[in-house]
Amino acid sequence: MTTLTPNSGKEQDWQKADAQYSTFFVGDLFFGIDVLSVQEVLRFQEMTCVPLAPEVIEGLINLRGQIVTAIDMRRRLGLPPRSTDVRPMNMVVRTEDSAVSLLVDEIGDVLEVEASAFEAPPDNLGPEARELIRGVYKLKDRLLLVLNTERTVDLASGRAA
Amino acid sequence: MSDVLIVSEQQDIIREFLIESNENLNRLDQDMVQLEQRPGDKELLGSVFRTIHTIKGTCGFLGFKVLERITHHAESLLSQLRSGERQLSNLLVELILETVDAARKILVAIEATEAEGPDEYPDLVRRLESTCAGAAPASVAPEEPRADAAAEAPGPPDPARLETEKTSAAADSAIRVDVGLLDKLMNLVGELVLARNQVLQFNTQKEDGALNATSQRLNLITSELQANVMKTRMQPIGVVWNKLPRLVRDTAHACGKQVRLELDGSDTELDKTIIEAIKDPLTHLVRNCCDHGVERPEERMRRGKPAEGVVSLRAYHEGGQVNIEISDDGAGIDVETMKQKAIEKNVCSAEQAGRMTDREALNLIFLPGFTTAQIVTNVSGRGVGMDVVKSNIEKIGGLVDVVSRVGAGTTVKLKIPLTLAIIPGLVVTSSTERFIIPQVSLLELIRLDGGSSGKIEYVHGTPVYRRRGTLLPIAYLNTVLGLKPPAACEAVNIVVLQAEDRQFGLVVDGINDTQEIVVKPLGKQLKGLTIYAGATIMGDGRVALILDALCIGQRSGVLAERRDEEHTEAQKKTQSAADEQRLLLFRAGSFERLAVPLSLVSRLEEFPQSVIERAGGSQVVQYRGSLLALLSLASVLDPDAPDQAIGRDPAQVIVFQDGERSLGIVVDQILDIVEDVVTIRRQSARKGLLGSAVVGKRVADILDLQAVLGAAAGDWFHQASGGKSKRTVLLAEPAAFVRGLLRSELQMAGFQVVEAADTAQAVSQLEHGAIDLVLVAVDLPPAGSRGVLEAVRQRPGSARIPVLALASGPVQAQGRPAGAEDFDDYQSKFDRGAMLRSIERLAAALEPEHAVLAQTGKER
Repeated sequence: MTTLTPNSGKEQDWQKADAQYSTFFVGDLFFGIDVLSVQEVLRFQEMTCVPLAPEVIEGLINLRGQIVTAIDMRRRLGLPPRSTDVRPMNMVVRTEDSAVSLLVDEIGDVLEVEASAFEAPPDNLGPEARELIRGVYKLKDRLLLVLNTERTVDLASGRAA
Repeated sequence: MSDVLIVSEQQDIIREFLIESNENLNRLDQDMVQLEQRPGDKELLGSVFRTIHTIKGTCGFLGFKVLERITHHAESLLSQLRSGERQLSNLLVELILETVDAARKILVAIEATEAEGPDEYPDLVRRLESTCAGAAPASVAPEEPRADAAAEAPGPPDPARLETEKTSAAADSAIRVDVGLLDKLMNLVGELVLARNQVLQFNTQKEDGALNATSQRLNLITSELQANVMKTRMQPIGVVWNKLPRLVRDTAHACGKQVRLELDGSDTELDKTIIEAIKDPLTHLVRNCCDHGVERPEERMRRGKPAEGVVSLRAYHEGGQVNIEISDDGAGIDVETMKQKAIEKNVCSAEQAGRMTDREALNLIFLPGFTTAQIVTNVSGRGVGMDVVKSNIEKIGGLVDVVSRVGAGTTVKLKIPLTLAIIPGLVVTSSTERFIIPQVSLLELIRLDGGSSGKIEYVHGTPVYRRRGTLLPIAYLNTVLGLKPPAACEAVNIVVLQAEDRQFGLVVDGINDTQEIVVKPLGKQLKGLTIYAGATIMGDGRVALILDALCIGQRSGVLAERRDEEHTEAQKKTQSAADEQRLLLFRAGSFERLAVPLSLVSRLEEFPQSVIERAGGSQVVQYRGSLLALLSLASVLDPDAPDQAIGRDPAQVIVFQDGERSLGIVVDQILDIVEDVVTIRRQSARKGLLGSAVVGKRVADILDLQAVLGAAAGDWFHQASGGKSKRTVLLAEPAAFVRGLLRSELQMAGFQVVEAADTAQAVSQLEHGAIDLVLVAVDLPPAGSRGVLEAVRQRPGSARIPVLALASGPVQAQGRPAGAEDFDDYQSKFDRGAMLRSIERLAAALEPEHAVLAQTGKER
């Protein structure tokens, strides 16, 4: 029924139960990440740029002694760059490998969603977005896109810009 | 190995044994109690059994007889329990616990005196024995033997009390810690060091006495903590060395040598990760010493050295690094041989070799595929290894150097950092970013301020700098990293870096200072960027990237191009040397294109008719103090045609020489020297010709030198090598043409040749004559070279005859194809030099007593 990749049991089960999502905005898109995989949310941090790195990598930040790679979500999703006067926020997520920071436009609330509101990504979704979006929760006023964080931070797979 | 070392090693082992056994016995107590409650628990029983078994095994090894005996009986008992022959009873548990107590007492005695003490626990042993034999466990109150033991033991006043009060001093003074925990501690200290750096930097901006004092204190404590935590991860290098005596013994045995190993400084400590990293390189180096360094006993005696060779290892601290020296008192490395090899392998030209310093020449051994060994053995000599040693040592930031004196021995020196986690590095800036260059790859800093210090010059657009007379390739960090070039600035900062064995200059915008940095890995998103060795956190809390010198060199092209170019060229050359043969093309009589392998030709000469004389019915010239007989080739090949060559002025002569004898062949014209692959096209029936081949895109006839020279002087080959007794070589090769070529080459080298075209012929030749050596083509019909090999090996008289396999294609320096290991050697039939060297070597090794006899004869 969905186009999920069966990576792990956990991943297969994730939409069966009601869950809490940390939400954020990138451009006019409204995303959610399972609240349990979010380590913390930070204001914009000083960043060290990495010459020769893929374009989506904004730089490295020092997170209390841990070196964390920051990925610009606008570039990752192929969106136009944000205006210079808006400072992105860091959404630090835990991944298999290490923590990675996603640079997003704005942080939203933590939302509780019902499993019944879930739907697979629409068929007319472009291949690039389909790569990163697991599915959609139909909320009352808007649609919440569920981000596939593992795919998002894996720049080797798919079309990492 | 010195006695002192044995003693200290033994003590170490005993200490470890005590710690381990005490731990095990403590667990055993618990296990037994649980076992009593759950007698059916197989797993628990198995654990008890293993514990006892371990103690027994170690005791046997260390020679603790009493302990071994009682644990042995307990083990038998447990094994009966395990196999279900016997049910667990309270009395049995009692008996085993009693054994445990006795074992504990013995351990206490061992710790105090290094001996088991006088008590042999005869009563316990007897009861264990009888129980094992099938009797129900004799119910003796456990207090009884314990009291006995206490009364009998003269040494410590009350062993029973001793046991309770002081289980084991060794066990108390040391605890086992999970390495993972130590790693975590080290990481935390790394963080603390960074935090300290930040506080210190902050402190310099403030004028606060209290903060100043506190941060100074923090600084001191952190440094001390860092040093101590680092110590927890330190292990004596002896941990690795322990395995070497056995290795040396085995290797020496395998090579038929006598080698003594001397170890000095085995308590020198290194970080655990480094210990692990140097384990393999050390093993390889020591094995090398035994195999290549130390000579065979008889050779050592001849050189006036003791028959037993010495391989010594020395480790010591020096300037924050550990030096390890691996030396042998063997034959040493001959610098000239190294150069020769290098030229042969096309590593460098003869001219380059001439300019090489001894040190540079010695360092050639670290090149891949380079070996000085004459014979490839199963131990070493394939030319793989030293390059791996070097790259492994360099990977952990170490250096390798080699010093050798011919006849006196070789020393390999390793310089290794104490730890990897915290390294010194130079902070540089490029554009607005800071980068760190590890100190290990740093050679020197040069600042050009436009004055007399020189400037960057260009060779065809490539920047270079004249440093003390030699050109240093230059790379710009901005360009390498794709950063904005800085505003024009008068001063140029060059960081001279060492990557592998090359040096280059890296221009940076600014040089800050050196710092102790903590290397942190990059996330997997950046793993592909090899230009960064990692990242660290600077004093101001920002992240800085650590640069990898080697990768910068390659990326900027200052290293890669030269290297690749040399590499491919060398490869091409080796390829051609193996594949092709140089042929001399000439014209004689009615034959427009004749060819002879240039390797057989001694010289090309022109003689004016005035110097050609007649003597004994043939034409001769006075040549280099002797007479050179001249033979017109046309008259041999085409006796009926009129011969013009001999009358030509000057006469064109190809001189063939073998030892004292020489012969000149007069031809009409020397045409060319070509390098070409010799492939037979057509065999020739004409006397004096082997056949035709395409040479230099046109067909040429290949001269059968043996037939021609035989025509001139029937005994040419038979007496060629004078008094030297000739070895007979069986040459099994299917193609008559190639066989002829090889035969000529072998005969020129002074061998007698017996030929065979297939396996059956080869076998029958083996039956007939005394063959000293067998050359067999891998494509010999009907089933390749193995048939001959097996025939040789299976015949009682010939089993020890060396067999050399001849490949039709080029042969790689290392690694024979599968199935070729059984041959004594494996060479390409078209690489004449390598083939003959191999044959000479095999022939020389045939009968060593021959050589010895000859020598003693001389002495008389």
